[in-house]
Amino acid sequence: MTTETHDIAVTVNGKVYKRTVEGRLLLSDFIRHDLLLAGTHVGCEHGVCGACTILFDGVAARSCLMFAAQADGHSLETVEGLAPDPEHLHPLQEAMRDCHGLQCGYCTPGILMTMKAFLEETASPDEAQVREALSGNLCRCTGYQHIVDAVLLAAERWRR
Amino acid sequence: MTTRSFGAPVTRNEDARLLSGRALFVDDVELPGMIYAAFLRSNVAHARIKSIDVAEARARDGVVAVYTAQDLGDYWAPGPLLVPPPPIKDITFNQRTQVPLAKDKVRHVGEPLAVVLAETRYLAEDALSDIALDLEPLPAVVDLEKALADTSACVHDGVRGNLAALVRQSRGNYAAARARADRIIGRRFLYDHGASSPIETRGVVASWDDRAARLTVWDTTQAPVFLRNGLAGMLGLSERQVRVIAPFVGGGFGPKIMLFYPEEVVIPWAAMKLNRPVKWIEDRLEHFFATTHERGQTHDAEIALSADGRILGVKDIFLHDTGAYNPYGLTVPINSQCTLLGPYVIPNYDSTFRAIFTNKPIVTPYRGAGRQHGVFVIERLLDIAARELNIDRAEIRRRNLIPPEAFPYNNEIIYQDFAPLSYDSGNYEPILDKALEMIGYHHFLAEEQPRLRAQGRHVGIGVVCYVEGTGIGPYEGAKVQVQNNGKVSIATGIGTQGQGHFTVFAQVAADQLGVSVRDIDIVTGDTDQFYWGAGTFASRGAVVAGNAVNEAAKVVRQKILKLAAEHFECAEEDLEIADGKVSVVGVPGQSVKLGELAVRANPMRGAVKPGTEPGLESTQYFGPSGGATASGVHAMIVEVDPQTFTLEVLKYVVVHDCGTVINPLILAGQIHGGVAQGVGNAFYEQLVFDEEGQLLNASLADYLLPTSLEAPRTEIGHTVTPSPLNPLGVKGAGEAGAIPVGPLFAQAIEDALELAERKIELNEIPLSPTRLFELASLQQ
Repeated sequence: MTTETHDIAVTVNGKVYKRTVEGRLLLSDFIRHDLLLAGTHVGCEHGVCGACTILFDGVAARSCLMFAAQADGHSLETVEGLAPDPEHLHPLQEAMRDCHGLQCGYCTPGILMTMKAFLEETASPDEAQVREALSGNLCRCTGYQHIVDAVLLAAERWRR
Repeated sequence: MTTRSFGAPVTRNEDARLLSGRALFVDDVELPGMIYAAFLRSNVAHARIKSIDVAEARARDGVVAVYTAQDLGDYWAPGPLLVPPPPIKDITFNQRTQVPLAKDKVRHVGEPLAVVLAETRYLAEDALSDIALDLEPLPAVVDLEKALADTSACVHDGVRGNLAALVRQSRGNYAAARARADRIIGRRFLYDHGASSPIETRGVVASWDDRAARLTVWDTTQAPVFLRNGLAGMLGLSERQVRVIAPFVGGGFGPKIMLFYPEEVVIPWAAMKLNRPVKWIEDRLEHFFATTHERGQTHDAEIALSADGRILGVKDIFLHDTGAYNPYGLTVPINSQCTLLGPYVIPNYDSTFRAIFTNKPIVTPYRGAGRQHGVFVIERLLDIAARELNIDRAEIRRRNLIPPEAFPYNNEIIYQDFAPLSYDSGNYEPILDKALEMIGYHHFLAEEQPRLRAQGRHVGIGVVCYVEGTGIGPYEGAKVQVQNNGKVSIATGIGTQGQGHFTVFAQVAADQLGVSVRDIDIVTGDTDQFYWGAGTFASRGAVVAGNAVNEAAKVVRQKILKLAAEHFECAEEDLEIADGKVSVVGVPGQSVKLGELAVRANPMRGAVKPGTEPGLESTQYFGPSGGATASGVHAMIVEVDPQTFTLEVLKYVVVHDCGTVINPLILAGQIHGGVAQGVGNAFYEQLVFDEEGQLLNASLADYLLPTSLEAPRTEIGHTVTPSPLNPLGVKGAGEAGAIPVGPLFAQAIEDALELAERKIELNEIPLSPTRLFELASLQQ
């Protein structure tokens, strides 16, 4: 099999990465194993579980359903870019900690990125809206209740 | 004084790392020179292997090696029996354990036949298509009753009727109880449990250091110590040459306690043989076949009652699907057999099960571990009895509860931990009362339901009781050590999959040692950090390892006080430990930091008193004399759409008694998560096999895990009956949320649709909108 390669430049969390990648390389594998930003997790590789969700030009997207080459020239945000510095957390991360919104933490990065995009569009969500927005991310540990509480708390803190 | 942290809703120590993407999971391990494995798996359920030709795969660029069973040589052997059968009289048990790579036959779809090792995972998967495989299909053994027939194909040559086990346990005299009963009720119940489906699949990374002659294995296991011991034995190494690390593990729920999966055995061997680090990460499709499930049981059960609804006895005969192999022994069906007895006085019990080999993936414990099946049977029998005897559903349960003065209560049969099934403590009626009050049971039935029904709405209520055997032995240990910087380090042998060990163990030690929970670092699941242990399973982490931490912290406290008393030349009674230092009570300024004492406890020069141990540290072990039995009641109000048969849970209540509570925030999370898995089991998740043993819904798009729209908001109440079997008084809570949800759904949905009036019973789980439509449309 001939492996076609592409030279790409991708901005991730504000930093530009230039790499040569195979055409078939998944964006999720590129982020995790080429850029070594392993905070983005892979749970199903068929676009259902949402663990690999990143922000693609500000829009929540599943990195397992895209090729790395498709990210050429685009700007990505991953969980590593959420906190302002190593000593502090993003308000959404803080609310997740305060409400016990995570257990094993494997689905958490995808949920954080999905909810960040959601809260940027919906400043004052009610529980039903949060549950709807969260319904594309599977969590097997928490039963979602504390995640919903965390998102509502983060929204409230964000408004203040 | 510092605030007491034990019992407080302390937020978690581990969260900052997990929330910022800095926690290490197995697939995050990157090593120089690493190669990647992909497994060729059987695409049929039952076949003889005629040939496997890997020559073309070996020749592909980028492929380092390809191995089949033949290449493993003497290393090829069936896995060990992890849990031998308990000492029950006249038991039949046919041991057939899984193999690293299939040799003569394949026995389930997904069973591995060959492994490719290549420079990238993409290349390894490419090379799978180069392998020429010739399989001669055999009839698949799928249906449990047909499997028992003499004419059935045999999953294992020489095991006629596919009988993996036959076990009978009884107490009292059921036949005599039946003879004097006012009412006998018999039914067939089907209970299917599903796939645990952690969001992180399994994975193994192995690295052989030739200079140090040491093997390091990162594995998504719930039992790193046993994996270390087993791998050392298989690979001809001593235990000290093998380090197993279970780093952060993305959910376990049972199947990651299964040991010596084929991949766990093959990957370390390949890393040593090739002298290169090897990574294998299961994909989601593989997970549906290669990771163990729980699945179905068929119960033919009968209850004998007096006219006033007292249980005189229960007889149950059931079939248990154990899948293609039975490495986990009888744990799951024994749990079903024992947990059926629940919180009730059942003086006469006669239970027989047959475990059956089928051409389906292996069955091992998954959250609840067979307890669901037993709870479903007794709870459904009580529902039917209540109806036939015209007794309220809650009332018939109340009449049969074990009274508080009867503890410890011995059920006289043998449990999964080989000890008699004895409940250590409990007080069940207040749990029922509290649940009825929280759900508004009497108000709902008397006023709310008639009012809503008059509006044409289909609303129903359910209430079910259960017990959960938790905190079983044998033992766990912990090493508590004050560091020179004043922080405390605690190492224990169990692994962690989200239970909050980094926080609850710190809470246990913090009060003893007078330090903040934030200043305690916990190490779990690294065999180089702690050598001994059994693992995280059966809701035992907090009970067994938690008490080991407590014991070790007590000893370290004594060492701190002794050393500080020498330092201040005062009596130990005059000292207090708080805020990371030891102070002389009533003498301001007279204090020494714990870190300074730790330095002092390890002098570089000079003499010590003979017998002095260095450091402020202690390693202690805790092994309970028996399991601690938690209990609870779930209650629910549900509305069913009579057109689509979709559900809306209007209210969900859990009242739970797990003894002394270490952290109510983490406990609530455990219960919420358990309930969500229970809801999935009851109404959404079903593994659908066809008659050829093919799993028809092996994707998360088709096997439906509950989302935030299906998992209900749960209200939790607690009662506290401490366990007398451990000094902390704790009982396990990991499985409580998941166990009784099936019968609760069946009862509440029957009520909502008024099925009893039409003589329709919901005696199977999982239900689904489609299945409910079929059952509710039955003409009686």
